[in-house]
Amino acid sequence: MTATVEAPAPEVGAVPSFQVTLKIRRFLPADEDMPTFGEAFVAEPRWDEFTVDVHGTDRVLDALHKIKWEQDGSLTFRRSCAHGICGSDAMRINGRNRLACKTLLKDLDPGKPIVVEPIKGLPVVKDLVVDMEPFFASYREIMPFLITTGTEPTKERLQSAEQRERFDDTTKCILCAACTSSCPVFWTDGQYFGPAAIVNAHRFIFDSRDEGGTQRLEILNDKEGVWRCRTTFNCTEACPRGIEVTKAIQEVKRAMITRAF
Amino acid sequence: MSTIADPKAPRPSRPGPSRRTTRGNFELYGWVFMRGSGVILIVLIFGHLFVNLMVGEGISAIDFGFVAGKWASPFWQVWDLLMLWLAMLHGTNGVRTIINDYAEKDTTRLVLKIALYTASVLVITLGTLVIFTFDPCPPNSPADLLPSFCTA
Repeated sequence: MTATVEAPAPEVGAVPSFQVTLKIRRFLPADEDMPTFGEAFVAEPRWDEFTVDVHGTDRVLDALHKIKWEQDGSLTFRRSCAHGICGSDAMRINGRNRLACKTLLKDLDPGKPIVVEPIKGLPVVKDLVVDMEPFFASYREIMPFLITTGTEPTKERLQSAEQRERFDDTTKCILCAACTSSCPVFWTDGQYFGPAAIVNAHRFIFDSRDEGGTQRLEILNDKEGVWRCRTTFNCTEACPRGIEVTKAIQEVKRAMITRAF
Repeated sequence: MSTIADPKAPRPSRPGPSRRTTRGNFELYGWVFMRGSGVILIVLIFGHLFVNLMVGEGISAIDFGFVAGKWASPFWQVWDLLMLWLAMLHGTNGVRTIINDYAEKDTTRLVLKIALYTASVLVITLGTLVIFTFDPCPPNSPADLLPSFCTA
């Protein structure tokens, strides 16, 4: 006797689908030229709501794509790899800085509208796209490259596993600006170097092959450097790569103190 | 609803390549001072509270004469002087960082800091003066304003 399929069994591993509403902060820059004098034209930001059908495996980025492709092509946001490596799509989702491509919709309480805003503290260019230049200016200032003296070796610069482990955590940074734009000190006037610049300085300061540590400590021993950190841990909480950002900042502080005394 | 500035509008120069560098060890020493003075102040303040409120007759013993008696000894003069200076500098530095963090306009920041430093200098100067020149029985004062032991 052969076995027969009687009723269509519920599909194993079926992905549930549901509806979700996204509340997105929109900003359209003014197209007309600036008046030569008088008040600058200030464009008003607004909130738009979109409802989309999504699957349980979808991320916020998938929902944004669906909106852009099917409902409103003018919605503007950055994304490149869409897999949590390029660091293009950091945004403020339900009040927390996250990567849209690493945040599952089902984890966000889809019953309520999901609030999506651009990251704070950087000038908004359009919708969810911000001007990253101030952020990268700080990054360039800490000299994020290997600095050595003497003649170049003929083979690799060797390093033990322990020496590599020392700065392993801070090599994970993808420069998405989620940490810097979650920092309340950075929000004040944008002069603070910010967690991301300090993390990337840490990556070289504690690298046994690098010889520019003193210079980097000197650069960060600034009124707007590490001493403005208030250890609120917003950066550690925001980091999509799980870097212990606040800890790295404290380690740079400690290096400065042991150098000074 | 707050407005976002038009990105095409000319905006104040952001920390670009021309960021004003303000390097130096001042903030470093400030940071270390806050930790050091904090620890010392715990000892000083709780010692002060214990001696004034718990030892002997406790709080009911505190009067003009009690303070005069304490300041007659160099030990308590130094204790109170340290407490005054450390607490004032610790507090002033704390408020200074709060002003730096919260004041967004340069003028607001300047006005607040002038007020803060004036108040601190005033309190530290007056306090130091009182600790060292305190005389419980100033000469030529009306007798009914002086404590009882002055007539002795």
